[in-house]
Amino acid sequence: MAVMLEVKNLGISFGGLRAVNNFDIKIEKGQLYGLIGPNGAGKTTVFNLLTGVYRPDTGSVVLDGTNITGKKTIEINKAGIARTFQNIRLFGQLSVLDNVKAGLHNHHSYSALAGIFRLPSYRRVEREMDERAMELLHVFELDEDVNTLASNLPYGKQRKLEIARALATDPKLLLLDEPAAGMNPNETQALMDMIRFVRDHFDMTILLIEHDMRLVSGICEELSVLNFGEILAQGKTADVLNNPQVITAYLGE
Amino acid sequence: MKKNTNFKSNMITYAMVIAAFAIVQVLRTTGHLSSLMTGLLVPLCVYVILAVSLNLVVGISGELSLGHAGFMCVGAFVGALFTKCTKETITLVPLRFFLAVLLAAAVAAVFGILIGIPVLRLKGDYLAIVTLAFGEIIKNVINVFYIGRDSNGFHISMKDQFSLGMEADGVILLGGPQGINGISKDSSFLFGIILVLITLFIVLNLIDSRDGRAIKAIRDNRIAAESIGISITKYKLMAFTVSAALAGVAGALYSHNLATLQASKFNFNTSILALVFVVLGGIGNIRGSVIAAVLLTALPELLRGLADYRMLIYAIVLIVMMLFNWAPKALEWRERYLGRFFRKSAKEGE
Repeated sequence: MAVMLEVKNLGISFGGLRAVNNFDIKIEKGQLYGLIGPNGAGKTTVFNLLTGVYRPDTGSVVLDGTNITGKKTIEINKAGIARTFQNIRLFGQLSVLDNVKAGLHNHHSYSALAGIFRLPSYRRVEREMDERAMELLHVFELDEDVNTLASNLPYGKQRKLEIARALATDPKLLLLDEPAAGMNPNETQALMDMIRFVRDHFDMTILLIEHDMRLVSGICEELSVLNFGEILAQGKTADVLNNPQVITAYLGE
Repeated sequence: MKKNTNFKSNMITYAMVIAAFAIVQVLRTTGHLSSLMTGLLVPLCVYVILAVSLNLVVGISGELSLGHAGFMCVGAFVGALFTKCTKETITLVPLRFFLAVLLAAAVAAVFGILIGIPVLRLKGDYLAIVTLAFGEIIKNVINVFYIGRDSNGFHISMKDQFSLGMEADGVILLGGPQGINGISKDSSFLFGIILVLITLFIVLNLIDSRDGRAIKAIRDNRIAAESIGISITKYKLMAFTVSAALAGVAGALYSHNLATLQASKFNFNTSILALVFVVLGGIGNIRGSVIAAVLLTALPELLRGLADYRMLIYAIVLIVMMLFNWAPKALEWRERYLGRFFRKSAKEGE
C-alpha cells in the first residue's frame, strides 16, 4: 500500500528538555492510526511538530511524497494536513455554517473587491461554499444548528463541528487530538462509529491521540506508544496493548 | 436564511442614515435647525465614519488601536493640501472634493500598511500602546513640516518657513504648527452623508464576505485559523489598512469643513473619543457605532443651555449607554421587549 505519512527521526527540545526524540512513524493511505502514551509523553507536541506550530530540530516529515519538514502551518494545511485540538478551538462568535465556510477558505475564492461590490463571482462562490458546507454539516448531523453561534453548541456537537471544519480544508491526513475527551461511554461509541464513517466516506487517513483505551482498541489498526518523548512500542494494536513495557508505562510497576 | 437577515440588518442601517438625512434636510429648509446644529452636521458625519472604521479594527479584527487619530490626521492634511494646490486648476467642487478624499484614503492606506506591518506582529495591550505611539508620531511629524510652492515648484523643510528658500512669489501651503490656512470649504452635509453611506457599504460588505469571515475567524481563534490555512498577517493587515483608509476619509471630510487645520487637533483624545463611540455602540456592532457617534457628538452641543450640568449629563448618558449595551439584564430586557423589532437582525446579524 502507498504511504501517506512518513516521519523519520523527528525531535525537538525546549530549553534543556528533549520533548520529542527520535520519533519515527509510517502511516499508510486509509489507515486509522493511534498515538497513545501517558500524560506529558509528548503526543500533542508531535501533532504540533507535524502541523508546523513548532519547527522540528531534527528529522523529516514526508506527506504523500512531498517533504513538508519545517514548513509553516498554513503551507502544511495547504499540503494536506488538517487537525482538531485537545481543548476545542472553534470560532466562537461565528455561526456553525461560517465555521465550516472558514475551513473552505482556500478552496473557494474570490477577490476582496468582488466581496465588497457583490460581483457575480461573489454570489456564485458563496453559493458553492454554502452547498459544500451544508453537505459536510449534514454528514455530522449539524444541519439543524446552521445558524447557531459555535460557542452556544453543546460540547459533543462542538467536537463534531471541529472535525467538519478540518475536513472542509480537504485534507489527505486528519489529525484528531483526543476526540473523546470529556465524553461519556455512549458518546464515545457514537464517536467511534463516526470516525470510521469519516475514514470510509471521505477516504481519509486518520492519526489520532487518545486516552480512552476502549476507543483505541476498537478502531485503531496500528498504534505507536510514546513515553518521555520516545517511542516505546509500535505495531498492530493488539500486539502493542499486550506489550508488558506498555502496560508498565501506563499502570506502573 | 442567514444571508437574508444580514441583508435586512444592513438595509436597516442604510435606511437609518438616509432617514436622518431627510429629517435634517426638512428641518433645515423649514428653518428649525439652529446655526449651532447646522455647524455640527459635517462633524457628525466625520465621527460616524471614524467610529465605523475603528470598529473594523477593534470589533471585527479584535485588535485595540489607540492611534486612529493619526490616520485621520494624514487624511486631513493630504486632502487639504490637494485642495489648496488644485484650487485654480479644478473648479468643479464635487470633483475636486472627491479626488481629495480619494487621495486622502490612498495615502492613509499606505500609512496603514507601513505601520501595520510592524505593529500587527504584536498582540493585545502591546499592540494598543504601539498604535498609540505611532498616532502621536504622525501628529508630531506633520507638526514640524513646512511646505511651500513658488514658480520653481514645491519646497519642503522641517526647520522653519525661511529655510524653504522660496522665490518672492512663493506661497506657504503648510506652515508647521500653524498648519494649513484658507482651506476652501468643499465639504457639505450631503457629501458627508454620501461618504458615510460609502463607508458603511464597504465595511458591512467586507464583514459579510470571505475575507471578513477570515478576519473574524482570526479574532476568535488565531491558532485554529492558521490550522485551516488562513494567513494571519494578510487578513490582519487587510482590516487595519481598510480601516486606516476610511479614517483618512474622515480626516479629509473634517479638514474641508474648517478654514484652518492644525495637527495638534488629532491627539490622543480624538483616538479615545472614537474608541468611546465603538465601545458604547457595542464592539463589532456597526450600527451601534453610528448611533453612538451621532448621540455623543450632538449631545454636548444640545445640552449647552444647561451650562454647568452639561458634562454631568454627558457622563450619565455614557454610563446608561454602557449598561444598555453590555449589562446582562439589559440585554435580556431588550430581547424581550424590543425583540419583535430587533430579534431577527440582532440575534443572527452578529
